[in-house]
Amino acid sequence: MSRVNRATAAQSLSVSLTVGAYGIAFGAASVAAGFSVLQSCLLSLLTFTGASQFAVVGVLGAGGSALSGIATATLLGVRNTLYGLRMAPVLNVKGLRRIFAAHITIDESTGVALSQEHLGAKEARQGFWLTGIGVFIFWNIFTLAGALGAQAMGNPAAWGLDAAVPAAFLGLLWPRLISKTDRALAVAACALALAMTPYFVPGVPIISTALLAVFFGLRASLWR
Amino acid sequence: MEINLLDPFWLAVIGTSLFAFILKYLGHSVPKRWLSHPRILKINSLIPIALLSALVAVQSFTKDSRLIADQRMAGVGVAIVALILRAPFPVVVLSAAATSAALFHIQ
Repeated sequence: MSRVNRATAAQSLSVSLTVGAYGIAFGAASVAAGFSVLQSCLLSLLTFTGASQFAVVGVLGAGGSALSGIATATLLGVRNTLYGLRMAPVLNVKGLRRIFAAHITIDESTGVALSQEHLGAKEARQGFWLTGIGVFIFWNIFTLAGALGAQAMGNPAAWGLDAAVPAAFLGLLWPRLISKTDRALAVAACALALAMTPYFVPGVPIISTALLAVFFGLRASLWR
Repeated sequence: MEINLLDPFWLAVIGTSLFAFILKYLGHSVPKRWLSHPRILKINSLIPIALLSALVAVQSFTKDSRLIADQRMAGVGVAIVALILRAPFPVVVLSAAATSAALFHIQ
């Protein structure tokens, strides 16, 4: 294994800890919604994509059917397909490694990989693997802690985690907003997602902004 | 131990996990040559920017499908100031958390 860039490792670790700690809230929410400790831990181990996990326990906790829970969670997971598209040429892996890479293809690993791309392709790959594996470890440990009754610590707002997570994503995104197109797209995506939120089921507003990326991408190439 | 596959909770755990992995693997399995066109490359590099921006907005300003301004907005606002001042990443995250937590406890 080649030497790990210090800055990449530091960023991967801070993201892993910040997001991983949110697993406490998930574990507590899952048990409160009626899932067993084992089921909560399996969701974190096997589903391993936070938004989908919160969605499925939210739907079943509110009395929704398994089918509507699965549908909502799946809708929220569609963006991982798009992240996979973006990461596949960067990682260039096959077989078992591709299966591992796919499993840890989430917001965080993709975000850190993109934020390290200006340092080089190697750093982007390291950022992806370190963050993916780091989040996986902490997310599962903290899920177990939350599920085992850390409900006292379970309110993410009391610890500022509800702001720390979007701040972490913003910190990852920020250095990527280089061109005018990037910035305009970021602002447009925020506006569209917020405007759609009251009228669509969770997942749809975020996924819809992919269409904005298509539009901005086509426009940029027409101008060139 | 036995698992009743018709129990809605087990069904949800298995179904959600299965579809989540299929979606992730699908993205990694698209043939490379499909993605080699410059316009596709451009769009492919813009998609995570759009999705992550939308994610930040939704996590900061919504709750249960409603638009809401609360302590998270202040936290993320402080994070933006920290980013403009070129603060290191952990400072960005911790300042947002501290601001949001402080406002939460004052309320």
